[in-house]
Formats: sequence, structure tokens, C-alpha cells
Amino acid sequence: MSFFPNILHQLSGITGGYPGFHKFLEFDSPIGLGLGFIIATVIAVVIFVGFTAVYALTAVYVERKVSAFMQDRLGPMEVGYKGTGQTAADILKLLQKEDIIPAAADKWLFTLGPIIIFTAVFAGYAALPFSTDFIGSSINIGLFYILGIVAIDVIGLLMAGWGSNNKYALFGSIRSVAQIISYEIPASLAILSAVMICQTLDLQQICYQQGIWYNEYWTSSGDYREQSNYLFGLKGLGINVTHIGGIITWNIFRFPLLLLAYIIYFIASLAECNRAPFDIPEAESELVAGFHVEYTGFKFAVIFLAEYAMMFIVGLIAAIVFLGGWNTPLPNLSFSQVITPEHASQLSNWELLKSFQFGYLTSGAPGTWAGNLWGCFWILSKAVGAIFIHIWIRWTLPRLRVDQLMYLCWKVLVPAAFLCVLGAGIWRLWMV
Amino acid sequence: MNLTQLLFYCFAAVVIGSAIFVVTTKNIIYAAFALFSTFFGVAALYVYARADFIAVAQLIVYVGGILVLLIFGVMLTNKVSGQKIQTQERNKIAGFIISLAIFLILLVTIQKANFSGISWINEIKLKGQELDPSTSTIHAIGIKTMTDYIIPFEITGVLLMMALLGAAYMARRDSGTEKKSD
Repeated sequence: MSFFPNILHQLSGITGGYPGFHKFLEFDSPIGLGLGFIIATVIAVVIFVGFTAVYALTAVYVERKVSAFMQDRLGPMEVGYKGTGQTAADILKLLQKEDIIPAAADKWLFTLGPIIIFTAVFAGYAALPFSTDFIGSSINIGLFYILGIVAIDVIGLLMAGWGSNNKYALFGSIRSVAQIISYEIPASLAILSAVMICQTLDLQQICYQQGIWYNEYWTSSGDYREQSNYLFGLKGLGINVTHIGGIITWNIFRFPLLLLAYIIYFIASLAECNRAPFDIPEAESELVAGFHVEYTGFKFAVIFLAEYAMMFIVGLIAAIVFLGGWNTPLPNLSFSQVITPEHASQLSNWELLKSFQFGYLTSGAPGTWAGNLWGCFWILSKAVGAIFIHIWIRWTLPRLRVDQLMYLCWKVLVPAAFLCVLGAGIWRLWMV
Repeated sequence: MNLTQLLFYCFAAVVIGSAIFVVTTKNIIYAAFALFSTFFGVAALYVYARADFIAVAQLIVYVGGILVLLIFGVMLTNKVSGQKIQTQERNKIAGFIISLAIFLILLVTIQKANFSGISWINEIKLKGQELDPSTSTIHAIGIKTMTDYIIPFEITGVLLMMALLGAAYMARRDSGTEKKSD
């Protein structure tokens, strides 16, 4: 699946699994950018923007409540039940604020900065699979594309920092960009080691490989052959776990060193989001608020949204690449008999439960409503779990000094990531 | 003209427009940011050439790497000696003649080129091996890099390693001055 025609075809891929809707929008010609394409694009964008906005509102509330819990306070309590309406009220307030552009600021760069930051982060959502069918564009270089497009947000940061014409903003943006581009190296290497195990950059295929539906994935060229997952990915052990699935077939199990790679990616992603303990770009005590110190009203809201969207996107990437994507964590626990997906589809839930088929029980077949809903549920749970740890760390660990930051990146994470890449290369030889 | 072609011309216009802006603007920071649009537009044109991997590599290398370095350079050196760094117009006539000559050479070459007469294109057409939109190019790129083009690939790797080591060596303060400054 090449890049562009597929975007045209699949940007609306949310409809991919449902033939009726698919026909309604008429996607027969992949190049034909018809009305259907435009409608589907608009639908996809509205869904993702709406989803991101709702998620950011919730995440801000959760962040405040979790921090309050950790510091033995109550947190927001006034608006709505236990303060649930607080962030909505905050956003309403924020949107009503006057949009101030400082007199000495560079009008163009100051305005363009937040737009580029948000667009770059948001464009990453285009290639993320939320379930078997719910994916913006199932391009075959999806992972590479996301890493590339999200990296553009540093240009926006530089624009915002420079355009503000404020020394705190400039320092904040320079620190932030330096940190992001340094930590991209261990993050990319960690992902590379997982890609070496999976042998693909197609995010959807990476997901399929890590679960019981491995053999349900049909490549576009139509060449089909039986695929098998072995315990720890090692064919020599001779223990076929394809139909057991669950956590056993996740990438961190297929190649145990990927657990280290996951930790490396997690730490690096904290730095890429400018989250504590890597928040020197925003260090309140030194820089007021970093690159967005001059922003007010809607522009500030957009930057804020992009920041939370970025947290979510790195959580999703980690979930897809290391933690099985939209696959269920629960394995099928019947070692006496092997139940194939075809067989499982004929069994009732009660029969599945009786034979300990937790994997089939907690995930539906690809292409069905059950499969899509379970897929969304699992992948969102994994991402939300990662975000919770982000929040937890923020209110637990103190900020790193800049030399400690660089020490951690170049002398700890990069060598460890190279170790993972080397290990993945050797392991891959044993997998086939 | 369908929407695909319209998008192509939009991207082409972005590339040309921003490139002209880069050349004409006096504000060097604007030029650097306009270069961002140029690189981005070129990436989009690569997509039209069905070179999806190259398109994303363009984004990562040029936008994420080189451009950021460029902007950093400008930011850290701006107003060094109390004077704003601005681009100046020099060698107007010579520059105009050279660029006109290059333009004419390219124009004539492209006009005279007979694309249907190129043997390897015809060979691929005969064999029916044209790039399908759905074929993955990364496997071919990977295998070619590791077989036919291994020497350029390795030399690039060594070169980048040398640059990295050199940068680390230059950035490192030697122990004598460190004691004094501390």
C-alpha cells in the first residue's frame, strides 16, 4: 500500500469494515477524489478533533485530581459534582479571553506557531489504528510517517519562541527543541528494535502480529501463508502460542529485551512531551512558562490541546509497538486443545468462558462491531494507562538539571537503545 | 482537472512560492521558516512520485534535522555584534546570468528528453513491473541498500560518525580551561 493513493482511499478508513457505509461513500476508485472522499475526510477530522478535545478536557481534570490525591488535597471541587465541570468552565473562560499579540512580537510567526504545533501533532492521528477497521490511513510506512510528522512540531515551537520576542519564551523554545531532538534518537532506536522484530512499518500489521488474529491479516498483494507466533518468538522452543495470544504474543514477550526498549521509549517520550521530570523548557521557577508565556486565549488553548494530544499519541505508539496494539492482554488458557478463530466464532460466550478462552472472550473477530469496540477499548486503556503514569511521574519526581538531562540521553538511553537494536538483530535470526 | 491534479498544483505552487520568498526576503529568520514550506511541499511531490519512504525521510532529515539546525544557528548568532543579520544583494548581474543559464539548460534538456525512449522504463513496462500504489517500497530499498549500494551506505555511515566524533571533540572543554572558568 503506497502512501498517497492509500490516504485517499483510507483516510476514510473508519468506514472500511462496513460495506454498506463504504458503498454509500463510493470509494471504488482509489485515486478518484470524489465527494465521498471529502465527506469521509470531514467525518474523520471531526471525530478525531472532537475526540482529542474531549480527551484533553478529561486529562486536565484527571491530572489535577491525581496531583491533589498525591499531595493529600481535594483538588477542584466547586464546579459540578466533585469538580467535574471545572475544566469545561476553564476552557469557556479561556476562549472568552482577549487574544493579545504583544506589540514587540512578530505577528506572523506568533500566530503561525500554535497552528503548526497543533497541525503536526494532529496529523499523527491520521495513521494510528484504533482497532481492526478504525484507522485513518493504513499506509505501509505508518510508523515512519508518524515519527516524521510529529517531529515537525519543533518548527512550531521555534516559531512561537522566536515570534514572542521574549527572552523567557526564546530560552524555553530553544531548551525544548534541543531536548526533543536529542531524545528522538533513543526513542527512534527503541522503536527500530521493535520494527526489526516485526519486519514492517505498517502499524496495522504490527498490531495483527501481536495477537490471536495474526492469520486474519491479508496483505494487499493477496499472498497468504499461515503465520505462527512462538513462545518468546523462538521457533526452536517449538511452543506455538498463536492461538493463545494475549500478553504472551505482545512484542515485549516475543523479544523480552523490548521491555527495556519500551522503558527507553517511555522515558524519551516523557522528554518529547516536555513532561516532568524533563520540564526544564517550562520550568516555572526560571522561565515563567517557557515558550508559551506570551500566549493568551484561543492560541494558548490550542497549544495546551497539542501538548495533551502529544501525550496521547506517544502513549498510543508505545501501546501499538510494544504492548500489542488493540489486542486483548488476556490469553486463551486451554492448553489441552487448540481452538482456532473459526472454531471460536461458533462458540457462545459461556462456552468460551468454560474453556478459559479469555482471549476470544475479550476481543471480537476483525471486521465485526464487537472486534472494533473491543479493539478501541483495549488500545485506549493502554494509552490511558501510560498517560496515568506520565501524570504520576510528574507529581513524584523532581526536575532534572540540563547536564543530567543530556547525561541520561547520551550516556544511558542511547547505548541501551543500541543494545536493544543489536539484540533484536540476533533474536530475529532465531525467530525464523 | 480532478482534485488530485489540483492538489498537485497546490503543492507545486507552495514549493515555488516559498522558494521565491526564501530568495527575496531580507529577514533571514523568515527565509528559514519559508524553507520549511519548501521542504514540506517537496515531500508532498515525492508522494506523487510514489516515493513514500523518501517523502517521510525528507521530512525527518530536512525539516526535523537540517532546518532546525539552521534556525538554531540563526537564533544563536542574531545580533551578535549589535547588528542585525540580514541578507544582502550582491553580484546581481552575475547571479542573474548564471541562474538564467541553468534554467535554460534544464528547460532545453527536459524539452528534448524522450522519456518513452528510456530503455529501463520500457523494460519495466514490458515486464509489467510498474510500481503499484499498494506495493511496499521499503523492502526493495532495504535489500538494495544492503547489497548493491552497500559501499556508499557504509561510507555515509563512517562520514556521519566522523562528524559526530568531531562535534563531540570540539564541544568538549579541555580540562585546563575548565578549572579556570570554575
